[in-house]
Amino acid sequence: MATHAASREPLNIGCGAGFSGDRWDAAVPVVRTLIARGTPSVLMFETLAERTLALAQLQRRQTPDAGWEPSLERFLQPVLADCVRHKIPIVGNFGAANPPGAAARIHELARALGLPALRVAIVEGDDLLAQRSEALDRLLPAASRERKLVSVNVYLGAQQIAQALRAGADVVVTGRVADPSLALGPLLAHFDWDMTDWNRLAAGTMAGHILECGAQVTGGYFADPGVKDVPDVANVGFPILEVHEDGRFVVSKAQDTGGCVDRRTVTEQLLYEIHDPAAYLTPDVVADLSEAELRLLGPDRVEVRGILGHERPATLKATVCYEGGWLAEGEISYAGPNAVARAKLAGDIVAQRLAHLGLGALALRRDLIGVGSIFADDAGAWWAQHASREPEDVRLRIAAQVDERAHAELLTREVTALYTCGPAGGGGVRTSITPRLASDSCYVPREDVRAGWRFVQ
Amino acid sequence: MSGARDIALHRIAHGRTGDKGNRCSISVIAFDPSHWSLLVEQVTEERVLELFSFRRPSSVRRYLLPRLHAMNFVLDDVLDGGVNGSLNLDSHGKSLSGLLLTLTVQLPSDLQETT
Repeated sequence: MATHAASREPLNIGCGAGFSGDRWDAAVPVVRTLIARGTPSVLMFETLAERTLALAQLQRRQTPDAGWEPSLERFLQPVLADCVRHKIPIVGNFGAANPPGAAARIHELARALGLPALRVAIVEGDDLLAQRSEALDRLLPAASRERKLVSVNVYLGAQQIAQALRAGADVVVTGRVADPSLALGPLLAHFDWDMTDWNRLAAGTMAGHILECGAQVTGGYFADPGVKDVPDVANVGFPILEVHEDGRFVVSKAQDTGGCVDRRTVTEQLLYEIHDPAAYLTPDVVADLSEAELRLLGPDRVEVRGILGHERPATLKATVCYEGGWLAEGEISYAGPNAVARAKLAGDIVAQRLAHLGLGALALRRDLIGVGSIFADDAGAWWAQHASREPEDVRLRIAAQVDERAHAELLTREVTALYTCGPAGGGGVRTSITPRLASDSCYVPREDVRAGWRFVQ
Repeated sequence: MSGARDIALHRIAHGRTGDKGNRCSISVIAFDPSHWSLLVEQVTEERVLELFSFRRPSSVRRYLLPRLHAMNFVLDDVLDGGVNGSLNLDSHGKSLSGLLLTLTVQLPSDLQETT
């Protein structure tokens, strides 16, 4: 990516994380492989689920410097120096609710690693709550108007990422952009594809779609023993795509890792979270998989071609998050003779007690979990003798959504009180109370969104 | 179908669940292309609607991808509100491909299970 002129040479895009909770060290073999290949490369991180961004907005409210991906440093520290040294730009949506804050942290990290000053760019304009207007309020879903709004973020596309990379960014930090745009942006910068070349834009978008969940295309989230076996799955390698100028791409993975890439893994991920495969809507293009074809080129190498594209939608999707009350949960185990009956009785007791305490209208969910949760010893010797058996060790789970924290406490209190007031032999109570966010979506006219990018020192 | 056997879909197909809001999408992919036409005939919108009826889907749609020997089901309003609203431990509904793969299909005697 050192030159700004259009290149015909393929671009390798590696993925270092597929969600906020992903492995911190996954990018290391990816970067090692990109360096070994020695061709133009980019590393992307996707760490921003719908919910993650709303949580980040809440963090930023409490601490103005916070609100970016909490694992940012853990993701970048192992690979940043190598990427800078080998001119592998990094693109990530780890800016979350605070891209300038993430950029500042990346500069600090670079200094701590003894690197020269980096060019860190941020993409802005996704946060619609920061530029709230009456026009926006009219677009919001009705349900969100009655609740306290937490965030409204519109999905931006690939263009600002591409502009920042063309200007020489070492790292591009975004907030909400469509996940596949994290790969399409570098492809636009590398090949100078026209923004109306729908087939190429769709191919680049699907390349990003294949990459955005990390190991989900390389044998992660796939193993089914005896049916779909994955070699060395504990050491699964993250994906690298080699994208060609005409849009076809080859899916592969980091060298010297476990996992596998074949027609099955690629097909599962190609269709993941897709609804109508002929009309996958993104801010950049409408992608169409009707004619897509896969070909196994060799071990862990699958070629994807035939992706078609259609004109991008006139509106952009925005995710609206608002306060959604509290999730109250409590669990307790029963084991031995009549365990299921005792667990069910415990659930009835909690329901009756909550009714007595004025929460009779509360919708309670009850689960009876599992086959072994309390009989076994810590070392697991019990399991060796009870590999498969009928349930005589079950765990009751009770959950409800409530508007007030005090009501959540009533529920967890009643589950805890089962120790002495419930059926015989209950053990292992755990309770939790979690604030909830509700989410919805709305569609914003493209011209009402002011997207941009800038370097941050 | 003389000599046909009842088998679980899991023996001849694999799949993955995705979610967006209260909408669940589940792919069903033939391991062996020779099973594709059988899937098209037997893994229908009607049968999937019946299998998931306890979740009260407002609609079930099937999309076919013959070049990939795959189909994609889109089930609306089956996630109790989705990841931010459901009381389910699996609020994404990620385990639901496991339910779809329990569907019984009839395998003609001239075809073999993959697994």
